[in-house]
Amino acid sequence: MMNSMDAPAMDRAVTRIAHEIVERHPDPEPLMLVGMRTRGVPLAERLATRIEGIDERRVPVGAIDISLYRDDLAQRPHARMQPSRIPEDIDGAVIVLVDDVLFTGRSIRAALDALIHYGRPAVIELAVLIDRGHRELPIRADYVGKNIPTQRGDDVRVSLLESDGEDCVGVYEERMARGH
Amino acid sequence: MVTEPMAQTLTSQPATWQAAQVPFDEPITDWRHRHLLDVDTLSKDEILRILSTASAMAEVLNRSVARTPALRGVTIFNLFYEASTRTRSSFELAGKILGADVINVSGSGSSVEKGESLVETLNTLSAVGADAVVMRHHASGAPWLASRTIDGHVLNAGDGQHAHPTQALLDAYILLQEFGDLSGRKIVIVGDILHSRVARSNLWSLTTLGAELTLVAPRPLLPAALAPGAAEREHPLSLPSVQVESDLDEAMVGADAVMALRIQNERLRGKLLPSSAEFARRYQLTAERVALASPDAIVMHPGPMNEGVEIGVDVAHGPQSRIEAQVSAGLAVRMAVLFLLIRGGS
Repeated sequence: MMNSMDAPAMDRAVTRIAHEIVERHPDPEPLMLVGMRTRGVPLAERLATRIEGIDERRVPVGAIDISLYRDDLAQRPHARMQPSRIPEDIDGAVIVLVDDVLFTGRSIRAALDALIHYGRPAVIELAVLIDRGHRELPIRADYVGKNIPTQRGDDVRVSLLESDGEDCVGVYEERMARGH
Repeated sequence: MVTEPMAQTLTSQPATWQAAQVPFDEPITDWRHRHLLDVDTLSKDEILRILSTASAMAEVLNRSVARTPALRGVTIFNLFYEASTRTRSSFELAGKILGADVINVSGSGSSVEKGESLVETLNTLSAVGADAVVMRHHASGAPWLASRTIDGHVLNAGDGQHAHPTQALLDAYILLQEFGDLSGRKIVIVGDILHSRVARSNLWSLTTLGAELTLVAPRPLLPAALAPGAAEREHPLSLPSVQVESDLDEAMVGADAVMALRIQNERLRGKLLPSSAEFARRYQLTAERVALASPDAIVMHPGPMNEGVEIGVDVAHGPQSRIEAQVSAGLAVRMAVLFLLIRGGS
């Protein structure tokens, strides 16, 4: 296992993304952060806290579950579904979708489909902590914490204080990941 | 959206039980049941998994476009040999919201009228590509036969006097939403227990969830397996251990929830009850009787109601009634069951 991001590095990455979001969408643009379940949600909450620190601006945070929109539902059992929560009307809003790892892009595609069932946002952007490459759809992130080159079969695991008790990102090489 | 106000009442109270059931990174486990014939084969964890999925489904109903592609390409047949409004329409809507094609076949107006047997009808549905059959039948065990006959999933939407699993699950959903945990909660079911598949299914699921159940009925409307002394004789049709009571006033004291069952005139035919007025006098859920229960007790009824017979009009529409919420919970629960059965396993 290679430790690709420690807690201070993660902290800096989140702070930098928060600055970039504020710069691109100054007050009073109707901004909303939507975390993808599960680890995108605590990341979105952290970004909201940072943005409040920079700009004294409360940004609503939502959560989206993509279980019903996955394109591999017929092939594999689905994870346990959790409720989505979109706190405000999204018509005309600037939505920043937040996820921990950007890989094939298929989860993002599913999240976009789910989001537009709530209304018609002005813009949807994407913020990810890690971009590990190997896209299978024409999707890119607007804000990236760190680009990590990986092999396709590697396993990239983001641990967060809120869900896993520590902040770090580990890359497990293919043969180790398989044995795991 | 017609469903919007009902769905909002479902999601308005944040339910702690559903958050508690879903830890981060839970391993993705297969749903091991191919069919839903009754709730007696479901573990407590499995019931809670259905209900936490249902609470996520309730949120879907609030979206401006309440449609998802989860069951796209799936064909569901609603095969109803008995009359039904809420069960049939909510199964139909549940399938459609999840993106399935839903086709309704009823006993009348189909080849059943020309004498086609149940097995023939099922084989026909299999042949035209039914991925799932939702079935209501007057004969207990008909869905079990169906599960042995066709390749697809079978969901029991009520069979004879045997089981009505989705009704029991939606009742559990309402109760968990109200109380968070059913351990030690006192729940009273009153009315025609003998003919009630709703009561039978609820016996299993509510005791599995830890509730203390009291059944109240006049003796002729109690199943033999529940008659006094049945437990000692190790009755082959034994049911979970519950209290049986013939005095409703006594049973109501301290109850957390009370469920009134419909007096099924079409099944009683005047044989087992002297009159519905006599039944109402002793067993109707009146405001005075509800007042004997715990102050925050809730009132439920699986519908359709005979208002003024098994339940008072003021009680049915009063502040303690959850009867309307039961109907909207039924939609979310049926979405959850369809999703888990069809997409939950590999």
